[in-house]
Amino acid sequence: MAAQQFDVVVVGTGPGGYVSAIRCAQLGLTVATVEDDRPGGVCLNWGCIPTKALLRNAEVVGLFNRAEEFGIRLKGFEADYAQAIQRSRKVADRMAKGVEFLFRKNKIALFPGAGLLKSRTTVEVKGKDGVQTLEGKAIILATGSEPKSLPGVTIDEKTVISSNGAVRSEAKPRSLIVIGAGAVGMEFADVYAAYGVEVTVLEALPRVLPIEDEEVSAQIGRLFTRRGVAVRTGVKVGSVGTGKAGVTVAVEAEGRKESLNADLVLMAVGRAARTKGLGLEALGVALERGFVTVSPTMETSVKGLYAIGDMAGRQLLAHKAMAEGVVAAEAIAGRGPRPVDYGNVPSCTYCRPQVASIGQTEAQARANGREVTVGRFPFTANGKAVALGETEGFLKVVADKTTGELLGVHIVGAEATELIHEFAVGRTLEATLEEIIHTIHAHPTLSEAALEATLAALGQAIHI
Amino acid sequence: MITKVLMPKLSEAMETGKVIKWLKKEGDAIKGGDVIAEVETDKANVEIEAFGSGVLRKISVDAGGQVPVGALIGIIADPSDDISSVSTAAPKPAAPKPAAAPAAAPAAAPAAPAPAPLPAMETYKSEPATTSVMPMAPASAAAVPSAPAKPVAASGARLKVSPLARKIAAQSGVDLRLLQGSGPGGRIIRRDVESAVTAPRPGAAAQPAPAPARPTAVPSRPAFVIPPRPAAEFEDLPLTPMRAIIAKRMPLSKGPVPHFYVTSEVAMDRAWELREELNSLDGQPKISVNDLVIKACGLALRKNPGVNAQLNGQAIRVHHRAHIGVAVSLDAGLITPVLRDCDIKPLGQIAVESRDLAERARAGKLRVQELTGATFSISNLGMFDVEEFSAIINPPEGAILAVGSVLEKPVVVDGAVAVGRRLKLTIACDHRVMDGAMGARFLQDVKRLLEEPLRLMV
Repeated sequence: MAAQQFDVVVVGTGPGGYVSAIRCAQLGLTVATVEDDRPGGVCLNWGCIPTKALLRNAEVVGLFNRAEEFGIRLKGFEADYAQAIQRSRKVADRMAKGVEFLFRKNKIALFPGAGLLKSRTTVEVKGKDGVQTLEGKAIILATGSEPKSLPGVTIDEKTVISSNGAVRSEAKPRSLIVIGAGAVGMEFADVYAAYGVEVTVLEALPRVLPIEDEEVSAQIGRLFTRRGVAVRTGVKVGSVGTGKAGVTVAVEAEGRKESLNADLVLMAVGRAARTKGLGLEALGVALERGFVTVSPTMETSVKGLYAIGDMAGRQLLAHKAMAEGVVAAEAIAGRGPRPVDYGNVPSCTYCRPQVASIGQTEAQARANGREVTVGRFPFTANGKAVALGETEGFLKVVADKTTGELLGVHIVGAEATELIHEFAVGRTLEATLEEIIHTIHAHPTLSEAALEATLAALGQAIHI
Repeated sequence: MITKVLMPKLSEAMETGKVIKWLKKEGDAIKGGDVIAEVETDKANVEIEAFGSGVLRKISVDAGGQVPVGALIGIIADPSDDISSVSTAAPKPAAPKPAAAPAAAPAAAPAAPAPAPLPAMETYKSEPATTSVMPMAPASAAAVPSAPAKPVAASGARLKVSPLARKIAAQSGVDLRLLQGSGPGGRIIRRDVESAVTAPRPGAAAQPAPAPARPTAVPSRPAFVIPPRPAAEFEDLPLTPMRAIIAKRMPLSKGPVPHFYVTSEVAMDRAWELREELNSLDGQPKISVNDLVIKACGLALRKNPGVNAQLNGQAIRVHHRAHIGVAVSLDAGLITPVLRDCDIKPLGQIAVESRDLAERARAGKLRVQELTGATFSISNLGMFDVEEFSAIINPPEGAILAVGSVLEKPVVVDGAVAVGRRLKLTIACDHRVMDGAMGARFLQDVKRLLEEPLRLMV
């Protein structure tokens, strides 16, 4: 069968792939997409979206637990974990269908199957109905990433699971060991703990959420511990063994060895790029530490071949992938796009309380030789937060002392992941502390903490 | 009489200047022409002369203070004059209040080091009052350019600048109007200002290069020695303030100004002989080839006013004086002091003054008015044994002459080959102001004057 011709072939329909496909279509290009799973990729099906649904469940359970505080007396309640999973599947299905709708709307062809590069313009799709060949003037690779494990530990998705298993499994263990205290580890620790699972979090680095500001890590570590989650940092995992009584994890901390037992181990030590089986080696596509090397316009070392999202490295975040997808599409359409500003990608963790940040941590800013001024505002002093009963956390602004440049903002607290965007916009526009303080913030809102922390950085906080 | 001493504007790019030191104290008697202070600009250190007589009644900006161009730095007046109105109402030309710092601005906002507010170019709407920027006209007042040239960005046009970029520019004295924004829609963003920021001050930049490592003595193998060289493949030297200004200014000439070039070869045999004869006279100043070229250009400019011209908004300004900027190369870059009235000054005076300017340029002792007001420039690389080259116009001037070396070469004289001295001159002209023929006619006149050099003497 003759090859079908398109302007662009996009391999992978996660947030990077589907956004780039839609942007290409908007720019008048004909687009084919190739997907070996369901449209929407890990994000919509197995990652961001279903976990947010689970975390919402955890939050509701948390509120039921606090009902007395609001004067509501319950005669006991039952939180069904299987139904939480079922709800999250419905949410994911709905979002994935949304992607299919957007493809139809933008006249984007979807070819189910695994894509294999035969040349820099040809993709062979091996699907259920046989093999099809697609020709594209340009090709965008967006195959994403998959969970990593520790050396010598196999993720069997039964007793040693990854996030892939966790979002699917309706079974609730009695006890769980989460290996890795990054965003994924902390979010699942939160969900399982809310449903009464005895959770232990192990982190090799000295603090949880190790890429966040140190104050953020300290606060989250404290709050999780207070909630009954065993948080152990600076712990080296030696081996993971499966036996009759669940899983045994051999650990070493401060030179002392011990064994920990649990029903289940959740491996959350990071993700690796999915670059195997795509035909990259035959084309000589350059890789760096397992990720595809790309130019500022997302082109790989092979002309006309683009790579975006997790497989292209840097932050493995859906919103970064989407931004790269737009850049790649516009580059292909000859629009001369502005490259992604990797220093201005918000980072969000949706545990309770939420964590969000943008820019440099205080320590990084100081290490970069910046003379900084730091402003903090605790949510205990924010009227809206007190009314909501969500007073845990703070908002911290790190700015350049002489210019007022917003170097970094770090938030722990309710809706932190929404609050961060005031500063994302501010940083994009190169606003300084002064522009923030001259912006009237509605009262009462959580956003007032942004204003107050900024004022605090200038030594002028009103409400503290 | 009250004379305000204001921070002078020495270049298009100059936004602020720093008082290095006061050579007079409050209460000192001042005569017109006294050097009263030294000022550091982005390009050079210059001395400020008093243009009024009286007593230095007030020093408004102490040594070390950095203020915008046009800001009041001192007051000279008679002891009986009431200076209170002057000292309180300091003029703020070219330095309107920063938009980001209204009256209610927080005190903790990064404070300007000087009493006058730092300029915020986005609010730049009106032209600074000419008189307050250039009040210290020298005796030959007419010789000074009548108004500072317009900002590169159309005056009144709103500059798109990010708040952070504006702040960094104000703190580092970068003129935003000279920058090309790289942000969305040409918005000037931090990166643009930072790349233009004058890196270390001359003091820091002028540090001697580290002494090269002493070659280890290898007496047994004298045959082939690789000279010692640094281990690193390369090094990044910070831009000196002067280099940064040159880097900023030259694209603003070469880019927007359509250059055309005309080259001519001049027979210098007679001029050479005349020069040798003049230089053998006792007690006479030594004349250089460049002095001859300066004098010839002065005369030729008078005859070709179309070349002694510049684009001034919607008009072409034709200068009635021939003030020639003479490029002097320095370690850190180059500077172009101005030799005034070259058409009427005798050759001997041109020789004395040009040497004096060059020496003081190298010593950083030029005065304010010696750096401004050129109507034409000359750049001479003759000492480097170059045959010819072309130069970049120094805006807002309309033309520049590039002077090569006087070279001995075979020439045809009366049908026979002989040895002659030849000099190649290349004029770069702003095509918006003049056309090829005008440049060629000017060059023809310069050539004739140099080939019949006695014309330079009369």
